[in-house]
Amino acid sequence: MAVMTYLEAIRETLRQELRRDDRIIVYGEDVGVRGGVFRVTEGLQAEFGEQRVIDSPLAEAAIIGTAIGAAVNGLRPVPEIQFSDFIFPAINQIVQEAARIRYRSNGTFGVPMVIRAPFGGGVHGALYHSQSVEAFFAHVPGLKVVIPSTPYDAKGLLAAAIQDEDPVLYFEHKAAYRSLKGDVPDERYLIPIGKADLKRPGKHVSIITYGLMVSYALKAAETLDKEGISVEILDLRSIRPLDVEAILDTAKKTGKVLMVHEDNLTGGIGGEVSALIAEHALFYLDAPIVRLAGPDVPAMPYSPPLEHAFMVTPEKITEAARKLAKF
Amino acid sequence: MAGSDALYGLGLDTTKIETMYYYMVLSRALDERMWILNRQGKSAFVISCQGQEGAQVGVASALDPTVDWVAPYYRDLGVVLYFGMTPREIMLGQMAKAEDPSSGGRQMPAHYGHKKRHVLTGSSPVATQVAHAAGMALAFKIRSEAAVVMTSLGEGSTNQGEFHEALNFAAVHRLPLIVVVENNGFAISVPQSKEMVVADVAAKASGYGMPGIVVRGSDPLGVHQATSEARNRALKGEGPTLIEIKTYRYTPHSSDDDDRSYKTREQLQAEKDDDAIVLFRQWMLDQKMWDDEREKALNQRVRNEVDDATDYAEAAPYPDPATLWEHVYHS
Ligand SMILES: Cc1ncc(C[n+]2csc(CCOP(=O)(O)OP(=O)(O)O)c2C)c(N)n1
Repeated sequence: MAVMTYLEAIRETLRQELRRDDRIIVYGEDVGVRGGVFRVTEGLQAEFGEQRVIDSPLAEAAIIGTAIGAAVNGLRPVPEIQFSDFIFPAINQIVQEAARIRYRSNGTFGVPMVIRAPFGGGVHGALYHSQSVEAFFAHVPGLKVVIPSTPYDAKGLLAAAIQDEDPVLYFEHKAAYRSLKGDVPDERYLIPIGKADLKRPGKHVSIITYGLMVSYALKAAETLDKEGISVEILDLRSIRPLDVEAILDTAKKTGKVLMVHEDNLTGGIGGEVSALIAEHALFYLDAPIVRLAGPDVPAMPYSPPLEHAFMVTPEKITEAARKLAKF
Repeated sequence: MAGSDALYGLGLDTTKIETMYYYMVLSRALDERMWILNRQGKSAFVISCQGQEGAQVGVASALDPTVDWVAPYYRDLGVVLYFGMTPREIMLGQMAKAEDPSSGGRQMPAHYGHKKRHVLTGSSPVATQVAHAAGMALAFKIRSEAAVVMTSLGEGSTNQGEFHEALNFAAVHRLPLIVVVENNGFAISVPQSKEMVVADVAAKASGYGMPGIVVRGSDPLGVHQATSEARNRALKGEGPTLIEIKTYRYTPHSSDDDDRSYKTREQLQAEKDDDAIVLFRQWMLDQKMWDDEREKALNQRVRNEVDDATDYAEAAPYPDPATLWEHVYHS
């Protein structure tokens, strides 16, 4: 057991996995010599060589397309997209190919591949280094989308994603890399994809969220605790598949649901979660479901006041949960 | 490689030469100030033109900013200054102020755009602008306007599909397009040898049936000449040209990078020994077009402009948070 940052947990898991299974390859822009622009893959090329930790040309469609080919031919590629904002040149390969290969081949071919990509804002990254892109992919059957919220989960979910026989998108919040720390066991363990985690039991309001927002929600819950408002927090961990049972359980328990994500409001995961609750637990609700999300503007601006206005913060979560509790 | 031997056939007068030099010096000085502001915590991000000024000014000086358009990339400070963006405008963007003409502080610094100055707004995803530039050139062709579009990118970015698709489109339709590759040898940390097998990006042009020219960025007049020829071809309806400029990046990729793990200090020094600004000044001195007096006066002028731009931008207000919601759609 060691205390690690979120970033270190990802790096050490990659290292452990690369040691465990020599079919695994890691590649992407700047991941080798430089160890990635965030240093997530630092030291891996030195240990595993240029054959398995590859600096690839600057071309996301080729990175993902070749990963699909390598996966079909027996490797376990873990490509990195340098920023999730730059995943779009590869969207054809991900959505049309990776997601549909098993289905279209009647189960003959599969694509065991994990696409890692840093996402999220609040880091002065502006429009193209701040995006949350998970909803685009969560819409597509055939893909799995996981977003860990702690160093512990980062390890267990990454190992599970690598073990998975289907394509998994693994999104890492940039602001989590160095700000989140926690205990991470040394041994390999798997966290099943599609299982949510009840982070905090509570009585009055349920906050359903994922990724960095989990730690923000925990802060909000502490504040509200002092005001006598008891907040339950459900960390989805995987947004496709969703843990429907856990979502319905918490909705039924508190009767008040606040859905939080940094991704844009419209078409975000909050809409899907709300629909599930409306379909299956409507009569348990004591208040309309509330969604707190990134505003419906094309992307997060750079200038500090605009960036701040965009971001979902612990304060905004506290306010929304307080209002909902009082409904 | 084309060279500047043909200088005397270029039709450049002394004023033009001095103008080119001024823009190179101004670009370098503004860029250096950005790093100081970054270190002072006044600007969160810098991405540099340093080392590429000769390439940029060489290209821009062969275009006609009154009719031509540019779709530049993030290093092209020299291009956008030559096209008329002012030091104040640059610094407003660098400090993300409301009055920043590129984006009102919305984009990262160096994501230039200026409608009046014929600078197309640019994004971060590399190489997307090459297709836009081809499309702008298509519009010029359809309207029979005598104008060209210049777009630029780094050599690493030429691996993107959009670069190839746009080149092919432009060649098929014989568009008035100049595609400039500023080859500084690295895509962040990845050296050209790991980006592609060919030594010259210009070789990629032949696959699309268009000329691919190689010039040295430390030879702004050679760059100017190659660009002039490309422009003439474009205006005559002979189609696009790919110009590869061998150049250098004297700074890390950006203020978030550290280049010591992938570039030796010896290599950096060798690159600095081939600095377009130093060589151009020496050439001007040799030609007796320049002297220490003028050099001093120019440096003073540039320093004043950089100071003024810095002060102006520092004092300027940030955008109002309420403007977050503006310009999502036409209103
Ligand atoms: C589609 C896309 N992928 C990745 C990036 C991240 N990125 C920004 S600049 C850069 C390297 C560009 O290298 P090059 O084209 O050689 O230009 P240079 O910066 O060296 O001038 C990378 C990988 C990006 N901006 N866009």
